Amino acid sequence: MQFDSFSDFIAMGGYGFYVWLSFGACALILLGILLSSLNDTKRILSSVKQQADREQRIKQAKQELQ
Amino acid sequence: MWKWLHPYAKADRAYQLCNTLLPYFAVITVVCMVVGWIWGLAYAPADYQQKDSYRIIFIHVPSAILSMGAYSSMAIAAIVALVWQLRNAELAVIAIAPVGACATAIALITGAAWGKPMWGAWWVWDARLTSELILLFLYLGVLSLYHAFEDKKAAGRAASILAIVGVINLPIIHFSVEWWNTLHQGASITKFNTEAIDPSMFWPLMVNIVAFAAFVGTVTLIRLKNEILQREKHRPWVRQLIKRG
Amino acid sequence: MNPRRKKRLLAITSIVFGLGAVIGLVLYALQENINLFYTPSELVEGKGPNLEKPFIGQKLRIGGMVVPGSVVRDESSLEVSFKLTDTGPLVTIRYQGILPDLFREGQGIVAQGVLIEPDVIEAFEVLAKHDEEYMPAEVAEAVKGIKHEKPKYNLDSGN
Repeated sequence: MQFDSFSDFIAMGGYGFYVWLSFGACALILLGILLSSLNDTKRILSSVKQQADREQRIKQAKQELQ
Repeated sequence: MWKWLHPYAKADRAYQLCNTLLPYFAVITVVCMVVGWIWGLAYAPADYQQKDSYRIIFIHVPSAILSMGAYSSMAIAAIVALVWQLRNAELAVIAIAPVGACATAIALITGAAWGKPMWGAWWVWDARLTSELILLFLYLGVLSLYHAFEDKKAAGRAASILAIVGVINLPIIHFSVEWWNTLHQGASITKFNTEAIDPSMFWPLMVNIVAFAAFVGTVTLIRLKNEILQREKHRPWVRQLIKRG
Repeated sequence: MNPRRKKRLLAITSIVFGLGAVIGLVLYALQENINLFYTPSELVEGKGPNLEKPFIGQKLRIGGMVVPGSVVRDESSLEVSFKLTDTGPLVTIRYQGILPDLFREGQGIVAQGVLIEPDVIEAFEVLAKHDEEYMPAEVAEAVKGIKHEKPKYNLDSGN
């Protein structure tokens, strides 16, 4: 460990603002793209499911009519 | 090789391959990123000149390398898409582009946050920085070109062509520090023989590069899966997927 | 590869090379015209085959090493003056403002400003340049001047 205390770690020898700005921005962007990609998967799958359910219902309705 | 590769030209097989690879990439990302960030932030020694501000290197260099690496992969996919007209390659181009754009943005932001205390400026119009900014515009150009076309076939072709043309920017970025009188310093880790970077800093940097590469791989796989699903959503195999899941 | 694919591949390759040539030429022209970058010797002795010297009042950029012992700070203001060198001639830089953290004697810097005398520049921006070497302080101590240090840097000063 290069730092004696937690506050030293946060201060980064006076460069805390720049170091944490960098790591913060990096974490934010990485999380952002990851979560939005995962969210896309969910959205696409649920839209496919919706479509399948609708077709199922139409099929059923047609059968009942006959 | 073609016999082995050929099945993956089919969308469902490609989807399965993504699913198989995904956990490995995800595990490597998590392990390496946790180790790399803690090592880089807390355990690597401070630099003799730049003190603790140099710790930005542990994300700046990986993101910069991957911004170019992702672009090369995207361009290779684009060539395959244009010449062999493989659908999945086209989808890969569109899957990689946003991830590469994020890597480029991170490289630019962390570079600015490093440049301010060390050089004395957030931004300078130096060849290295300018060409990296052009790389961001190329990624955004590929994406917007793809989304500009209603006809996805034409869209994929246009985006692929731009991706390939933009490759010319990669050697410019790489050699900019040698060709021009840039403020940006030369490369640290390509000169293995001169040991420009001390081992106590080099190894955490390597771990972070692996972590970033694995992250780019992970998200690209997720996005490629999305693109395949989106394009194939009326096919029976996708329906089957829903029933099983 | 069938002829159609070959043709397509060829077309793509030629587009890439064509565009590359264009961009390369543009950047080359940019470098020649806009940069106006001088080293101290070029400023004093002239630049290029015709040994052209910049005129008084010209805006330019200069890059060199801060001469150890030449930094003079004004006690009451942020004004600072120092000498820059590369291989021989000295150029004086005057600057008012906060210097970057890496600014120290022996450090490579790039200044942007206006030439007010043949060898004096009134700078409005001073940027520090650093090299690609990173090492802990103890290692720098141990190898100083032996392996890692480039002779033009003076690591003792400024610390």
